[in-house]
Amino acid sequence: MVASRESTNNPGRIPALGFRVLGLVFISILLMYFDNRDNHLDTVRKSIGAAVYPILVVVDAPVRLWNWLGNSTTSRANLEMELSRLKSERLLTNARLQKLNALEAENTRLRSMLDARSRVRDQVRVAEIMSVDANPFDHSLVIDIGTQDGVFDGQALVGADGVVGQVIKAGLITSQAMLISDTDHALPVEVNRNGLRTIVVGTGSIDSLELPFIVNNADIRVGDLLVTSGLGGAFPPGYPVATVKTVTRIPHEPYADVTAKPAAPLGQVREVMLIFSSAVAVPEVTVDE
Amino acid sequence: MSRDSNSRRWPVIVSLIIGLMLTLMPLPTVIDAFRPDWFALLVIFWAMKLPRTWSVGTAWILGIILDVSQGTLLGQHALALCVVAFATVRFHLLMRVFPLPQLTATVFAILTLYQFLLFWVNGVAAIDAPAITYWGPVLSGTILWPLVMVFLSGVRYGTRAGN
Repeated sequence: MVASRESTNNPGRIPALGFRVLGLVFISILLMYFDNRDNHLDTVRKSIGAAVYPILVVVDAPVRLWNWLGNSTTSRANLEMELSRLKSERLLTNARLQKLNALEAENTRLRSMLDARSRVRDQVRVAEIMSVDANPFDHSLVIDIGTQDGVFDGQALVGADGVVGQVIKAGLITSQAMLISDTDHALPVEVNRNGLRTIVVGTGSIDSLELPFIVNNADIRVGDLLVTSGLGGAFPPGYPVATVKTVTRIPHEPYADVTAKPAAPLGQVREVMLIFSSAVAVPEVTVDE
Repeated sequence: MSRDSNSRRWPVIVSLIIGLMLTLMPLPTVIDAFRPDWFALLVIFWAMKLPRTWSVGTAWILGIILDVSQGTLLGQHALALCVVAFATVRFHLLMRVFPLPQLTATVFAILTLYQFLLFWVNGVAAIDAPAITYWGPVLSGTILWPLVMVFLSGVRYGTRAGN
């Protein structure tokens, strides 16, 4: 009965369709223009974001439910195994931590002797990733905290294994962040072994970064650890970023071809830490070549 | 009439929420490159079946939701989905009588147009993107179309019979 009405209702032409499409296309182009040029639309985006937030929560619910089910139905044997593993791991970590504490104390003492500014212990807050961009080369993600928790543009995002990215648009409840593998992302780093400073640039591939400004005779080897140098001001110094994967020296070119593998598994992170350092300490004693 | 329009509206809304879930669900990188454009598929289906209720306006609003939740340029997906809806509504009578293979070919063309618009906007806005990766969602979307079509038609007739 409905089927017949549906077909008789449709003479084939929808009135004013062309005008509506033209209008909407025009509005879209205006929106994109202003969004791209001057970030005038931040407030608009934030308010739409707040309206869409409940939908995102509903959408995220099955994933959470699945994780919760997985957690609550693991078998006893598995739990016991995990418990014993964690216990031994904790022992090991505690031992290392004691050493670290001693080292940290020694470091502060030496630094105060050198009259350098002491490194402030960074404050962090854990955020969960709500969604990733389906666009495979736009490496950005949305996290579940925003300006009401103190998030700000340019804030550093760190995973358990290393630097993940930085906040690019802090919304009220959610924020958008860019991964270090995005082609628009560059990050000042230094080689942990010898303090060689350079810049790491994203390639658009999630497991590869490049170092475009390494001169041919620079001392860099495969396996070198790159850590943040803190020179850009956005990232606090000393966090691992990547390990050097390949070094190709081309004789007649001024720069060597160096690629690196991100320390954090960028495609697998679900929780990240946002760093609220009260002061980004820049070490005043730097190694000059 | 109200019961009638309800029975038309609910399947659409539920399918759209599920579509958004599938769009935003975190996936491994390898599969992620082949994540189909669920919203584009849904917009094509509903604009073809119910062109009066679900047309360009709805598609535009869906696009804005997509833009905000994915953090893309505000209006990018809105523009692309709106054009997809327009193309579908314009040819919906023709598409309804197409046999499935021909309809799938048409959907392939529309999905290519959709990705081309996204690509174009990225190009104009100088957002870096290698062109080859745009084909993943188009291919997976085309392959999945017959399934989506059969499933949604089933849902549609199922709810009608229930009412």
